[in-house]
Amino acid sequence: MTEQAPIFILLFPFLTAVIVALVGLRHKSLSWPLTLVSLGASVCASLSTLAQVVEHGPIRYKLGGWSPPFGIEFHIDGLSALVAVTVSVVALLTAIYSKDNVDAETPDKSSQYYSLFLLLVSGLLGIVITGDAFNLYVMLEVAALTSYALIAMGNKRASLAAFKYLIMGTIGASFYLLGVGYLYIKTGSLNMLDIREILETAGLFNSPTILVAFILITVGVWIKMAFFPLHSWLPNCYAFAPTTSSNIMAPLVTKVMIYVMVRMVLTVFGPNYAFEILDWENIVVWLAVIAILAGSIGALAQKDLRKMLTFLIIAEVGYMVGGLWLADETGITGTIFHIISDAFMTLCVFLFAGIVFAKTGARDIYALEGMFKKMPLTMVGFLVGAFSLIGIPPTAGFFSKWYLVQGGINSGNWEYVVALLISSLINAVLFFRLIEIAYFGKKPAEGHDHHHGDDHAKVSEASFTMLLPLLSTAAILIVIGLYNKELVSVIQDFLSQFNLATSIR
Amino acid sequence: MSSTITSITPLLACLVSLIAVLPIVLLRKSPNAREGATFVAGIIKFGLVLYMLPTVLAGTKIEYTLWQILPNIAIEFRVDGLGMLFGLVASSLWILTSLYSIGYMRGLKEHSQTRFFTFFAISLSATIGVAFSGNLFTLYLFYEMLSLATYPLVTHHQDKEARTGGRTYLTYLLTTSIGFVLPALIFVFVKTGSSMDFSPEGFLAGHISPSAALVLLLLFTFGFAKAGIMPFHSWLPGAMVAPTPVSALLHAVAVVKVGVFCVLRVFTGVFGIDYLESLDIATVVAWIAAFTVITSSLIALSQDNLKRRLAFSTIGQLSYIILGVALLSDRAVTGSMTHIAMHAVGKITLFMCAGAVFVATGKKYISQMDGLGKKMPFTFAAFTIGALSVTGLPPTGGLISKFYLVTGTVDAGQVALLVIFLISTILNAAYLLPIGYRAFFPKDKELSKTPFSWKAVEEASLPCVLPVCITSTLALVLFIKPQFLINLAGLMLGSGG
Repeated sequence: MTEQAPIFILLFPFLTAVIVALVGLRHKSLSWPLTLVSLGASVCASLSTLAQVVEHGPIRYKLGGWSPPFGIEFHIDGLSALVAVTVSVVALLTAIYSKDNVDAETPDKSSQYYSLFLLLVSGLLGIVITGDAFNLYVMLEVAALTSYALIAMGNKRASLAAFKYLIMGTIGASFYLLGVGYLYIKTGSLNMLDIREILETAGLFNSPTILVAFILITVGVWIKMAFFPLHSWLPNCYAFAPTTSSNIMAPLVTKVMIYVMVRMVLTVFGPNYAFEILDWENIVVWLAVIAILAGSIGALAQKDLRKMLTFLIIAEVGYMVGGLWLADETGITGTIFHIISDAFMTLCVFLFAGIVFAKTGARDIYALEGMFKKMPLTMVGFLVGAFSLIGIPPTAGFFSKWYLVQGGINSGNWEYVVALLISSLINAVLFFRLIEIAYFGKKPAEGHDHHHGDDHAKVSEASFTMLLPLLSTAAILIVIGLYNKELVSVIQDFLSQFNLATSIR
Repeated sequence: MSSTITSITPLLACLVSLIAVLPIVLLRKSPNAREGATFVAGIIKFGLVLYMLPTVLAGTKIEYTLWQILPNIAIEFRVDGLGMLFGLVASSLWILTSLYSIGYMRGLKEHSQTRFFTFFAISLSATIGVAFSGNLFTLYLFYEMLSLATYPLVTHHQDKEARTGGRTYLTYLLTTSIGFVLPALIFVFVKTGSSMDFSPEGFLAGHISPSAALVLLLLFTFGFAKAGIMPFHSWLPGAMVAPTPVSALLHAVAVVKVGVFCVLRVFTGVFGIDYLESLDIATVVAWIAAFTVITSSLIALSQDNLKRRLAFSTIGQLSYIILGVALLSDRAVTGSMTHIAMHAVGKITLFMCAGAVFVATGKKYISQMDGLGKKMPFTFAAFTIGALSVTGLPPTGGLISKFYLVTGTVDAGQVALLVIFLISTILNAAYLLPIGYRAFFPKDKELSKTPFSWKAVEEASLPCVLPVCITSTLALVLFIKPQFLINLAGLMLGSGG
């Protein structure tokens, strides 16, 4: 049973997507429980896979028993197992949370909604666990097509945003596909490990075709992850999509694309090619610096809560792209660690924004007025997420910054260190502005007594299905922080095969 | 001689006030029981610290490792002389401040008192955490915790002024800690790869170049902005919008002393006095501190708002401590460590007196206090003793630490800085002593007869006055019995003072 776990990660949500669509025709109310069950099963499968990887090393799971390069292979090592656990847990939490939102925002289409939701999750999980470059493209499209639909179900502005995303996303995916095509021409294989081996044994690293493939794949992935300046599709998409859609996509889609980038650079092309032969590090790190600063400054300009958070995602993408191209073991550890911690902290603040929207119906940041009194538990969850994004110990965000900054110092990329610190400070400003509004209210209270205004009385603590995921996410952020050493040892096990530069161990 | 034992006591001493949050919140409906919880926690905490005192005085360090958080770094407590000294000061004064808070908060019928006592307790945990931190990482952790936990206290009034003050407060403290200390911390870790445990020899020597050492030293000195060294001082006057008990404990004792404590730790535990001496870079810090001393004293002279004057006085006094350690001579370092305690006792008296006056009369300005001494004799007598101690005059503890600082300056051969010390002492006397004097002997005879309509004015309630009397007595006692403080400081030098 456990040796089949890798396929179950994917199969549960995928098959349930179909079941939900069918059953939903008659019994709409079954959609939510079915979704939860399948995602719960998927979480179990991914955890069991992670345990196996930690214990016995990477798993190569041959679909239908066909051996590569003819068959499709799932290749699961420490990196993909960690990201798969992250994806499935985030999906489960979002699904729990979605109960009220989906009924409120897309009342007559709830079963279709859940079906699409599950397909998106299957797509993302597929990207993470597959060991086949073309299969990855297929999964990419599964995830992309469903997300266009999930966004377009939002308000009027959402359909336009979804259209823009569709264009950009398709361009990105096509670049990726072209790149894979070039690789296939040269190597005759689509299996990632196989490609790598052929590249090395056949000495193809000087081939211009491989260079073009590398550029196409990198740029394609950058478009999909909204790496500044290729980011323009993202803010409106996530800001205007239905709450649940942005809750699932904001934490996961960009992070999974970061995973693809790390996977391509390390596993397929190899750090030797990406960092030594091409020697692009400085340029890319500078691009990342610009992305970090642009995202942070963009966030400062926003009055719409969710839109502000979307700009933070852009900055965080800069963290991770830069972290990878530091070409330093500690820096790359930071990038991979940040995939996980950023997924949860983004989830945390998006869940919070969702609750605020559900409770007040307002999007702007002033909706937070007096929240400490009205929804104390929700605010606790939010504070943990905010502190994590600022980087206050012992939350997860502090430790990703710890490793990333360390990587920056190791490799001498001071501009990156400075950018990270500036962005932390900007995050502090952003979140303390929110905390201030929530604590003081727009108008300062007169005298020393409290006003329980009429409009305040209506808003109360969020419902259990909303609160539980938020507080769980907050708890996860602290647990990741406290157990960062254990996570990092899995990551470093994975990285040890690549002989990366490092000055301390 | 520096043996080490493992014991959970430091952790308990740190946690006890954090645990007290639970009863404080649960008992919110009955204020007496709630404050009872605060007292019990305070007394347990002080008891735990006292319990460790003999061990530490005997030269033994008490260690406890809580959690191995990073590959090389643990969250770790270690109680040594300096930590014990600061822990004693903070935990003893918490009890008195709690008593005082009751008088003050109830006297003014403040709102959200439960929140107030909750965050007060959390702040104390963070303070003791800083005091007993065993390495730089743990120190940073509690330092940040203190910044965040004090924010609701500073902004307690939730009005416009509190909002501005709170904003300044966090802007300064977070900008410096994230912008300066954090990169310095990571840089130190990258360069040394060590566990960053404090040790008298430091752990930097041989790992960094002299110029990097200077940059690091400045990053740390400015980064721990709670020490209020110029130009990162303006959060302190801004934070005076807080209720007076907060100003008293946090801005005369806990927060600001955490700042200088961290700087002392960096000098004595991270760099090590000998290494700094060989580098010859501490003079830069000494002169920045000297500049702060003089400038803040001059500003204090011009303030009419009593709390603001005290705030600027605090900035100057904090820089004494930094100046002392930057001189690197044994006696100066001893003086700067003892000054943490001496100044704390004196300054908390002054702040609590200012609050007592406010509770009794609603007056904030020094010019309105002429002749008030006759109505509030205890308060102003205590104020005068506090002022003497802060200035460094007999018969108060302030003299002792100042004596060490001044003789330490002579040892270090810094004549120019000696002059600075003397000028600043005159300035201290000039801005503090007249307040007490004029309260008892008003200039204007007419005023003294019927100053405004103060017939009804009398001393503030007992919970306000009693702590003031105790702390001022403490200032006197420390003049006679300063030896254990000097011994604690001496432990850090390994020479017994």
